[in-house]
Amino acid sequence: MPQAAKLTPDELLRQVQAEEHYARTGRLKVFLGYASGVGKTFRMLDEGRRRKERGQDVVLGAVQPRNSPDLDYLLKQIPVIPLLEIDGVPVMDVEAILRRKPLVCLVDGLAYDNPPGSRNPHRWQDVEQLLAEGVSVITTINVQFVEELREQVEAIRGKSVKVSVPEAFLHRADEIVVVDTPTDFCVARTADSYATTERDEQSRKLSQLREIALLLAADVVDEQLEGFLPTDGVAPAWGTQERILVCLTPKANAQRMIERAKVICDRFHGELFVIYVGQSDLTADGQAALERNLALARAAEAEVKLMTGKDAVATIIEYANQQRITQIFIGHSLNESIWGRFTRTTVDRLIRAAEGIDVKLFPH
Amino acid sequence: MSNSSPTKGRLKVFLGYAAGVGKTYQMLEEARELKRSAADVVVGYFEPHARPDTIALMEGLESIPCRAVEYRGTRFEEMDTDAIIARHPEVAVVDEFPHTNVPGSPRAKRWEDVVYILDHGIHVLTTMNVQHLESLNDQIYNMTGVRVRETVPDWVVQQAAEVVMIDLTPPALLNRLDRGVVYQGDKITKAKENFFKESTLVALRELALRETAFEVEARQPGRENTAGRVLVYITGDAASVPLIRRGKRVADYMKTECLAVVVSPAANVSHMVPEQRDRLQKNLDFAHNLHLETHVLTGTDIAENLVAFAREHGVTQIYLARPKPSPLNFPFSKDLVEKVARLARDMEVTIVAERAARR
Repeated sequence: MPQAAKLTPDELLRQVQAEEHYARTGRLKVFLGYASGVGKTFRMLDEGRRRKERGQDVVLGAVQPRNSPDLDYLLKQIPVIPLLEIDGVPVMDVEAILRRKPLVCLVDGLAYDNPPGSRNPHRWQDVEQLLAEGVSVITTINVQFVEELREQVEAIRGKSVKVSVPEAFLHRADEIVVVDTPTDFCVARTADSYATTERDEQSRKLSQLREIALLLAADVVDEQLEGFLPTDGVAPAWGTQERILVCLTPKANAQRMIERAKVICDRFHGELFVIYVGQSDLTADGQAALERNLALARAAEAEVKLMTGKDAVATIIEYANQQRITQIFIGHSLNESIWGRFTRTTVDRLIRAAEGIDVKLFPH
Repeated sequence: MSNSSPTKGRLKVFLGYAAGVGKTYQMLEEARELKRSAADVVVGYFEPHARPDTIALMEGLESIPCRAVEYRGTRFEEMDTDAIIARHPEVAVVDEFPHTNVPGSPRAKRWEDVVYILDHGIHVLTTMNVQHLESLNDQIYNMTGVRVRETVPDWVVQQAAEVVMIDLTPPALLNRLDRGVVYQGDKITKAKENFFKESTLVALRELALRETAFEVEARQPGRENTAGRVLVYITGDAASVPLIRRGKRVADYMKTECLAVVVSPAANVSHMVPEQRDRLQKNLDFAHNLHLETHVLTGTDIAENLVAFAREHGVTQIYLARPKPSPLNFPFSKDLVEKVARLARDMEVTIVAERAARR
């Protein structure tokens, strides 16, 4: 059974700093949707109402104009900080909110560009400021407004959006909630006039967006999970996500292994890691091959780790446990009747040491 | 069968990651919504869990009374599947999809009842948690230390027209638990010792999000199958069970088939001692229930037989169980793994480790 990883002094320092920072700042909660009409704003306002009923000081910092009786009812329950107008464009009044200093501020529509002359160019920066001042924020966003996903989403929707929020900002959320309504619901709302094929097409697009939203939320949740691992004393939980570790050795068919790992990572939405445990007696050719392989790994967007260690197997297993690896890829040369001593002992020992991790063998 | 419609009903699954996230609540909300839009909806089975908000949603919905079943002197209430089919609504609401029926019921599992109802042209809304999915059983054990006994085969969920994730953050769920909304009395403390640790809930939630994303993706057209098939080598050993789950899951994600293969020295398995034969049969049944194609090969050289069969059947990935640690500590060169790896140089050989509970 693997031990919970011991923290290095650096990690410990980072943890302490993170805890101090956490105590001072507000909490960020995000309702993530994949289309308008799935009910993000309703969920946000409803949570605001419930918190207010429990005695928390809740204000509404920004809301998008809507006409829905359900929302109107909720909007009346929560005090509003009026929007400013700069050159006729509405902007969230960060100063007024900070003067009021509520416990929780609701911000509808996180993806929003403020007009020139505003305190911050983007609304997510306004929110950052509120959080830094200790105000907790509950906000809403649709997946098409996440900067890093923009290209992918535009390809699906065939429309471009002007405003965006960096994905890293969502990753700092303390809580992220997917508002997952079946696609039929949205289609029924918007598509009465569509012909059937168009309706199918619409439904297919929404499914793709829905998948992207679910995976983004899973990634954010995965980061929260990592936060638990050291403090809980819990050894890494296996298999929430597929994580593949490719072991480079001088003779291994690195290209094949990395290609295969990439395919599996794509299919499982997993993560790819590549490790090389250094050997001092590498020939010039060996060194050149290694450089090529490392370049391949980086091109495949793998997390690349170069390590040294007398015991390659122990080094690989230690790293694998730290990174919650679920599959190890390693080359073997089992073609000769008597195989090389290196392969036999390494592969054999690796299989035996890989507690709870699959080992995939690649001939070379 | 005059009253059964020729087309099958559609299944919708409300997927959660723990009790109390709001699956039943959402399902009943949808049932009410359907009823408002003039659909003929009945509740076939409902688990109240003493949650007043949820119970309130039952008001105005027609429900089919449960069937009382006597088993070993105790009275149990089971869903009355025949009565639902006789009533033949458009939509039936069936809570607790993974439930196991009392022995002697017409079908062993509630999901089998649901499949039966769907076959009669009735749409079904149902609820389940991600930890009840068969292929995740070992992962769940590893994450939580709990071996979930009531499982639903993946193919059943894959046949659902829709899978929706009912999401609630773990802090909010724990808050509900503390307020006594989810369970009452002793059950609260007990729950906190099992699934209801925040770190466990976070991990389960991530799993549910990824599973839902997979289910959404699997329903999108246009991903053709380019992968070769997956083969798992099974024996009467207990290690074959996680191997079957793993192989099937990989095959599902790769949109390909998984074959479960046994190699026996004789055409029938009569040379085996009955106990051994039973265990092998159990593993074959298990594979069969998960919709793996099973094959029994005759031969004495396991590695050669496996690899030849794999090559003939378009297999590109072979999954083997990890060799048991031997007291003599022979290198694995002496065993099956080595020989298969040597023969199957045109395929990938994967050694699947058993997943022990890690806490």
